[in-house]
Amino acid sequence: MTKPNLSVDIAGIRLRNPVMAASGTFGYGQEFAEYFDLESIGAIITKGLSLKPKAGNRTPRIVETPGGMLNAIGLQNVGLEAFISEKIPYFRTMKTPVIVNVYGNSPEEYAELAERLDKIPEVAGLEVNISCPNVRQGGIVFGTDPRAAFEVVELVRDATIKPVIVKLSPNVTDIVEMARACVEAGADALSLINTLTGMAVDLGKRRPVLANVTGGLSGPAIKPVALRMVWQVAKAVTVPVIGIGGICSANDALEFIVAGATAVQVGTASFLDPTATRNIARGMESYLAENGIAGIGEMIGSLEV
Amino acid sequence: MGLTMQYKATILANAEMSPGYFRMRLRVPDLAAGSAPGQFLMIRVRDAIDPLLRRPFGIFDIHEAESEYAESGRQTCLEILYKIVGKGTRHMATLHHGDHLDILAPLGKGFSTGSGAGENILVGGGIGIAPLYFLARELVEKGKVRLFTGGRSRDDILCVTEFERLGVETYVATDDGTLGERGLVTEALERYLAETRGVGSIFACGPFPMLKAVAQIAEKNGTLCQVSLEAYMACGVGACLGCVVKGRNHSDENPDYRCVCKDGPVFDSRELLWD
Repeated sequence: MTKPNLSVDIAGIRLRNPVMAASGTFGYGQEFAEYFDLESIGAIITKGLSLKPKAGNRTPRIVETPGGMLNAIGLQNVGLEAFISEKIPYFRTMKTPVIVNVYGNSPEEYAELAERLDKIPEVAGLEVNISCPNVRQGGIVFGTDPRAAFEVVELVRDATIKPVIVKLSPNVTDIVEMARACVEAGADALSLINTLTGMAVDLGKRRPVLANVTGGLSGPAIKPVALRMVWQVAKAVTVPVIGIGGICSANDALEFIVAGATAVQVGTASFLDPTATRNIARGMESYLAENGIAGIGEMIGSLEV
Repeated sequence: MGLTMQYKATILANAEMSPGYFRMRLRVPDLAAGSAPGQFLMIRVRDAIDPLLRRPFGIFDIHEAESEYAESGRQTCLEILYKIVGKGTRHMATLHHGDHLDILAPLGKGFSTGSGAGENILVGGGIGIAPLYFLARELVEKGKVRLFTGGRSRDDILCVTEFERLGVETYVATDDGTLGERGLVTEALERYLAETRGVGSIFACGPFPMLKAVAQIAEKNGTLCQVSLEAYMACGVGACLGCVVKGRNHSDENPDYRCVCKDGPVFDSRELLWD
């Protein structure tokens, strides 16, 4: 039998397989190049980028939880100018698409980032992080208000012809409503879920463990929530959905595919094993081969309810 | 420093040296011998999702030993010291000879020993003494080495005999006076520097307040000083930005954060912001 076809297309970005490295867990790509050939995964999503450099939160920024971890890194990043001069040159050497995750304190900042990145050929697409507070509007998180999300996505859409993926926050009452708003505003694809807001308490000190008090929960613990949301959203929209949330194995990834995802992102698993993304891609290929499935397309959204 | 590898190591020994403190010897691939003093390992304590993250441990020692089974008759052994502080280390304490551990190593920037001119001084606090042994083995080849080691009580003073066997002159201090002199090891260091000429570099590893004190003493004396930091880590490779420490030029407007796992764990003491 010929090798199974794992390639997928996300808004015009051709991925050789459906496995992408999630933003915030893979640096800018270079950090993992010594552990495996980056050409063995579908795409890399870089650390969240803002216009100006951001320091991030004070430590402690991370803490392990049962089957997961909380992070409150605070979106530390080098800022757009340093990104262009220091990180872009490396992308030129890569044959794996690099998607840049972006965020802003106001809709205008998102738009400016999109406009600048639109002109850079090494950038395959943008992933818009709307899980941050709108500093101009009392700190309401863009991703929790359909109108705020719509405004951001619309401005980004107008600022670039590159593929626009919007990363949804799960900390909402109705994820489908958020998804629809983003698609209506012009999103080419959706990725979900971002982290779930949580916290940890140090009993001995009677204080929160994290300096930021709350943080985002990721890892195997969140997979059931992520799967549910991917399933709900994939049924409701026609754009490709990228599944994220606690994927540690090929089987995990395939469950998201069956639930409706066209591709997946792997994040926390890379901390357990730097080669996790590659292993998951290989495992998916083996699964298809062993089960006589010619292409991943046959499995997308094949869940019978 | 050697290329980082991911491998399965076999536990050869795992013994409690002092209440709550363990010494583990592992059989590792021969290539692991390319590790440098000051580098560390990220160990997956169980093949499970809980505890989720790898745990970091400094390399205490690497040496060759006889092997009944290897074709060459030799095997490479790596040793770590660890203290039971939580879920991961509690689990490690239950492991036995013959068990396996998934290891990612060597990681981080180790100590720079340079020409090693002058008397080199090691300052250890509690479990922080671990990487200083691997360093001492290299430094004794270059000249005189003196160790100042401290802790809360006698239980926290580890492996002094091993250092003495290398020919390292050792001074011990405990907060409660149950071993060595009663007091802080940094006070003894300060006294020693005041009355001694020909000191080369200071190498310190231990709790952050101890490192801060050593850095200040070194600056006052105009002595070169390297510190090895500890930090709660997730990825260990500089990707997640969870283990950062403030660099000398750090401010809110112009951030200067360093990853303990990638830019460290060893830093020149002048590189950091000691606040």
